[in-house]
Amino acid sequence: MATLIPAAAPPRSVPKPQGRLGGRWTRFALRRTGRLLVSLWVLVTVSFLMIHLVPGDPVRAALGMTAPTELVEAKRQALGLDDPLLTQYVHYLGNLLHGDLGESITTQLPVSETISQRLPATASLAVLAFLVAIAVAIPLGVAVAVATRRGRRRRTELAFAGSSVVLGAIPDFLVGVALVAVFAVGLGWFPVAGRTDASSYVLPVLALAIGPAAVLARIVRVEMLSVLETDYVRTARAKRLPARRIHLRHALPNAVTATLTLGGMLLASMIAGTVLVENVFAWPGLGSTIVQSIVTKDYPVVQGTVLVYGLGVLVINTLVDVALAVLDPRSTIGEL
Amino acid sequence: MSQRWFRIVKTPVGIVGLGLLALIVLLAVFAPILWGDKASTVDTENILAGPSAQHWFGTDNLGRDLFFRVLVATRLSLTLTLVATALGTVIGLVLGTAPQLLGGRLGRLVTALVNVFVAFPGLLLVLVFAVIFGVGARGAVLAIGLAVAPGLARLCQTLVAGVAGLEYVAAARIAGVNRFRIMARHVLPNVAEPLIVNVTITAGAILLSFAGLSFLGLGVQAPEYDWGRLMQDGLSGIFVHPLAALAPGIMVVLAGLAFNLTGEAIAGVFGISTTTGTGTMQVPSGETPVTELRHDHEADGDLVLDVRDLSVTFPGVNGPVRPVRGVSFAIAVGEAVGVVGESGSGKSLTALAIAGLVEEPASVDARHLTFCGTDLLEEPANGQTHDKLLGTSLAVVFQDPMTSFNPTMRIGAQLAEVGRHHQGLDRKEASERAVDRLRAVRVRDPERRARQYPFEFSGGMRQRAMIGMGLMGSPRLIIADEPTTALDVTVQSQVLALLQDVRREEGAALLLISHDVSVVADVCDRVLVMYAGRIVEDLPTADLRTRARHPYTRALVAAVPAMTTDVDAPLATIPGHPVEPAQVPVGCAYAARCPLATQRCLEQDPTLTAGPGGSRVACWHATEPAEVLTAQEAIA
Amino acid sequence: MSTLEFDHVTVRYGASTVLDEVSLIVPDGEIVGLVGESGSGKSTLAKAAVGLAPVHGGQILLDGEPIRLRGRHRPVQMVFQDPFSSLDPRMTIGESIAEALYRPESGRLSRAGRRVEIARLLELVHLDAGRAGHRPGELSGGQRQRVALARALAGRPRLVIADEITSALDVSVQGAVLNLVREMQRELGLSMLFISHNLAVVRYVASQVAVLEGGRIVEHGPTAEVLGRPQHDYTRQLLAAIPGGHDTLTKETNA
Repeated sequence: MATLIPAAAPPRSVPKPQGRLGGRWTRFALRRTGRLLVSLWVLVTVSFLMIHLVPGDPVRAALGMTAPTELVEAKRQALGLDDPLLTQYVHYLGNLLHGDLGESITTQLPVSETISQRLPATASLAVLAFLVAIAVAIPLGVAVAVATRRGRRRRTELAFAGSSVVLGAIPDFLVGVALVAVFAVGLGWFPVAGRTDASSYVLPVLALAIGPAAVLARIVRVEMLSVLETDYVRTARAKRLPARRIHLRHALPNAVTATLTLGGMLLASMIAGTVLVENVFAWPGLGSTIVQSIVTKDYPVVQGTVLVYGLGVLVINTLVDVALAVLDPRSTIGEL
Repeated sequence: MSQRWFRIVKTPVGIVGLGLLALIVLLAVFAPILWGDKASTVDTENILAGPSAQHWFGTDNLGRDLFFRVLVATRLSLTLTLVATALGTVIGLVLGTAPQLLGGRLGRLVTALVNVFVAFPGLLLVLVFAVIFGVGARGAVLAIGLAVAPGLARLCQTLVAGVAGLEYVAAARIAGVNRFRIMARHVLPNVAEPLIVNVTITAGAILLSFAGLSFLGLGVQAPEYDWGRLMQDGLSGIFVHPLAALAPGIMVVLAGLAFNLTGEAIAGVFGISTTTGTGTMQVPSGETPVTELRHDHEADGDLVLDVRDLSVTFPGVNGPVRPVRGVSFAIAVGEAVGVVGESGSGKSLTALAIAGLVEEPASVDARHLTFCGTDLLEEPANGQTHDKLLGTSLAVVFQDPMTSFNPTMRIGAQLAEVGRHHQGLDRKEASERAVDRLRAVRVRDPERRARQYPFEFSGGMRQRAMIGMGLMGSPRLIIADEPTTALDVTVQSQVLALLQDVRREEGAALLLISHDVSVVADVCDRVLVMYAGRIVEDLPTADLRTRARHPYTRALVAAVPAMTTDVDAPLATIPGHPVEPAQVPVGCAYAARCPLATQRCLEQDPTLTAGPGGSRVACWHATEPAEVLTAQEAIA
Repeated sequence: MSTLEFDHVTVRYGASTVLDEVSLIVPDGEIVGLVGESGSGKSTLAKAAVGLAPVHGGQILLDGEPIRLRGRHRPVQMVFQDPFSSLDPRMTIGESIAEALYRPESGRLSRAGRRVEIARLLELVHLDAGRAGHRPGELSGGQRQRVALARALAGRPRLVIADEITSALDVSVQGAVLNLVREMQRELGLSMLFISHNLAVVRYVASQVAVLEGGRIVEHGPTAEVLGRPQHDYTRQLLAAIPGGHDTLTKETNA
C-alpha cells in the first residue's frame, strides 16, 4: 500500500476543452451519485445475503445445539427465514427504509437502539484519530520532501524512511497494547481502558492514528517529491516566485490531490481499525459489539453493524471524491 | 534478469528484509520440531509467572513457557499467511486479467464489481467473510484470502491495462497472436515485478490481519495458537507482566517488517534505471579549449545576454558527466538566436542553465554570465536576489504546454502571480493585467479564459498563455525551449508568428531552442549548432543552407526532407550515433561520424574560432570545399 | 501485394464521430501518404484497418474481399510511432520477429528455418543478423524502428501501415528510415499507407496524398498535384504552415 510502484508514464491524454462549467459539475454529481447508489445496493445485498450464506441453520447456530426445537422454529418464524428468499429480501429492504434493523437474537433489543447507543463512541474515536493523523502527516511529509529533495540530507531521509516503515508496519492494536503497557500500566498517566473523560481518549486515538500517520507521511513525501519535479513547478520557478509560494501554492495542492485517494482509503481502514483498538481499550463502541455478536452468532446485530460500518466507508469515499473535484477540477471529467 | 534479483541482496533494506524472512522461515520449519514439547509442557508450579532465568518470557495460565510458545507459533502464523496470500493472489490474478481476456461488457462488469469491493476496507470484508465461514483458522484463511483479493485484482487490472495499451501488445495482436498467449508472453512478464512487490507487502499485511483476527478471538482457536492468540491470552495479564502480550507482538512486527522490507527492496532495485555507466567512459578534464568571442562592433551595453564558458556538470557513477561543455555566446538587444541540435546535444540544458533553472545535483559553471548588464554569477550586495530582475525581464516558454501549467490553478491566477510578486500590484490590478496580457497574445474572450483551468485550454492556447505569462513584466529576453514541438503544424506557425510579433512589440531578444532546423531558419537571425555539449558552428540563418562550414551542420540540413528536396535521390544520413555525454572522445566529438575526419580530428578537439562575417566554427576542415562532403554523404 | 480499399468507413467513440464515411484506395505497389493534424483521425483509420478500432459503417476491402481481422495470419501489418514502446522489452528482437513470422498452413517452421528467415528479415532492414539475440534496450531508436519494420514484414503482409514512424526519431536517423521505406517499396513492391503530419516527409515517400481533416478526406490525388496545386483551403493552410516554406508567418488565424 505504501509502496509506489514506478510504472511507465501513462499516455498523455488531451482533454477536450469544456464549454459549460455547470454541465460538467452536473454530470459529475450524477455519475458520483450513481456510483454511490450501486455501492449502497451491493452493501445492503451483501449484508442481507451474509446470513443466508452461513452453512447450516443460522438460528440453530445462534441458539446452540441444546436449544429446544420449538424455540428454534419460533425464532425462524419471527425472523421470517422460512419465507422465499426474494420475499425476505423485499421485506429486509422495506424494514431498512424505516430504520428497522431487526432485533438481537440474544438480547431481544432492537439493533438500531444498540447502534445508536454505541456509534458516537466509535465515530468520535475515528474522527479524532483521522484529524491527528492528517495534522501530523501532511506537514511532516511536505517538510521532509522539501528538505531531502534531490539527494540532500541523506541521513534525515533515512531516519524518516526507516521510522515510518517500522511505525507503519505495526498494527494498531499492537500499538495500543504497547501504549497501555507503557503509559497506563507503567507510568500511570492515562486510564488503561474505558471511555470516561478526555484523557481516556488519548491512548486509543494515538493507537489508531500513529500507523496511518506514518504511512500517509510517506505518501505525502513521495507525491510531493514527484510534484516538485513537474514542468509546472519548473514554470513557477521560472517566474521566480518565493520558495514558500512554490511549495505551498503550486506543489502542495497537487501533492494532496494525489494523496487524497489513498488518504480516503486510509481513513476507511481507520474506521475498520476501531474494531481492534476498541477491543484493546474496552471502548464501548460498535467495534466491541460486532466482535461480540460474531462470536455469539447474533446475526441481526452483525448485519446491522456491518451496514453502519459500510455506510461510513461509502460516505467517506464520496466526500473524498467531492474534495478531489473541488481541488482538482480535472477529476470531474474523468471516467466512471 | 537474475542479476537484478541478486542485487536485492546487496541493498541494506534487502539484507535486513531477506535476513528476517529467512530467520522466520527457519523458525517455522524447525521450532515446532525442536521446542514443540517444551512449549506445551504444563508447569503448575509456575502459573502466570514473570520472566525468570528458567522462563525468559514467563509462563501462561497453565504454566507453559511463553518464549518457546512464541517461537513455535511461527509455523502456524506463517502457514496461514502463505495460504491466504496464495488464495488472494490467485483470485486477484483471475479477476485482474479477466477484463482484458474477456473484453467487452463482461470485462467491464468485472472491473466495476472489483471497484465496488475495493472501496471497503479489508478488515470489514474479513469480518463479513468470518461470519460466513465461521470462527476458526480455516474460516480466517478463507476470509482474509478473499478480503485481499479485490485490492490485488484492482492493482492487477491497472498494471495489465497499462501494458495492454502499449504498442508492442497491439503489434502482437495484429500479428495474430491470440489473447491468452499475449497475456502470458507480453503482459504478465512485464507486470511481474510490481505484482511481486505488492504481493510481498500484502503478505505482510495478511500476517498482521491474522494476528488481529486471532486477537479478537475470531481466528485460531485453542488449543492451537498463533501469535495473535498468544497476544490475546497475554492481554488479560498485562498488569502483571506486559511481556506476555508484547513478545508475540514483537514477533508479528518483525515478520511483517520482513515482508515489507523485502518488498521495498525489490521495488527499489527494479525502480532504479541502470543505463548509466559502463566503466569505459571518458570524461575530458575540466579544461576546455579557449573560445574566442568577439563583439568588435557591439559594445557590452548592447548585449542582453553574454555567456562565456558555460558548462553543466552532473555527478555520475564513474565521475562527473558534463552534457554542456564550455558554451560561449552573446545575444544583442532584440536579436533572435536559434539553437539547433539533436536530442542529447545539450541545447535545452544550456537554455535552462542560462535561466537559472538547473537544479541539484547538476551544477552550472561559467566564466562570465551577464543578463541586461547584471552579473548573475554574483549575488547582489544588499542581500537581495536576482529574482525581481529575472522574474520581470526574462520570459521562459517551455516545450510541453500540457504539463507546464499548474493543473489546479486558474490560468489568470497563474499569470497574475508574477504581477503580485514582482511588480507590487494588488490582487485586482494583477488580475486585470493578466487579462490584458492574455488579450495581448490574442486569446479570444480573455476575461472568461482567465477564469478557466489549463485543461480547458487547447495546446496552442496554452502556449499563447505561456507567452502571455512572460509578458507580465517587460521581457528583454524570451527563452523558448522547443515551444512548438508538441503542437500541430498550423498551430505551430501561429505560435511562431506570435513570438515574432511579441519580439517586435516589446523589443525583446529571443533564444529559440529547436531540433527543427527549418523552424529556427524561419524565425531567427543567427543559429548556434550544438553537438555533444559544444557549439560547433555559429552562423547567420541566411547562410545555413548554403554556406555552412561544419560537416555536422551541413549533414543536419541535408538529412531533413524539405518541400524542395529531390525525391529521386536518397536522403542524406549521418552514420553512427550521437555521442553520449558520459563518453565524449578526446578529439572532435563528431569525428566518428564525419566523412572528413582525419587523424588530427581524433586527437585534437577543434576550438570555436571566428571566421569571416562574424560567424564561428569548430572544425579542422572548415575551409575545405563542400563538394567532397556531399559526395561522401550520398554514399552513406 | 494488394489493393486496400476503405469504403465509406465510419468510426465512432461514444458520441463523437472520429471517421466520417472515409473512402480511400491504396493501390497495389504504391505508397499513399495520409496527412492531417492531431485529432483528424489518421491513426484511427490505421487502427480500423488492423481491427484495433470499431468500424460502425462502411467496409474495408483487400483486393475486393472484406479484410480478415481474426485468426493467425493477418494480411495487413502495422509499424507504430514510438520505437520505445513498440517492442516488448523482455523479448529479444529475434523472438519478437519470430512471433510474427508467417506460418504455412501445412505446419510449423523448423527451428533452423525460423532462424534463417529472421536473419533474412534483419538483413532486409540493414541490420546485422547477429542482432537477433539482442534486446530492444540495446538498440537505438532508429534501429528499433527497423526491427519494427522487419516484424511487420515477417507475417508476409499484403500491405503495411506506417503510423508516424519517423516523428519520434532524431533528424539524423529519420533520413535512413525514410530511405529504407522507399527501398522496400521499390524492391519488394510493397503497398503502404504512410501516415504522417509532416508534409515534406510524405512528399518524399508517397506517390499519392490524402488530406484528412476532422474525420473526412478533404483532398486526395497524386502527390505532386495535391502539394503543388492544392484545391482545398485546408491543404493550402497546411502547406503555408510548413516552416521554411514560402509564405510563412504572414497569415493570422486563431488556434
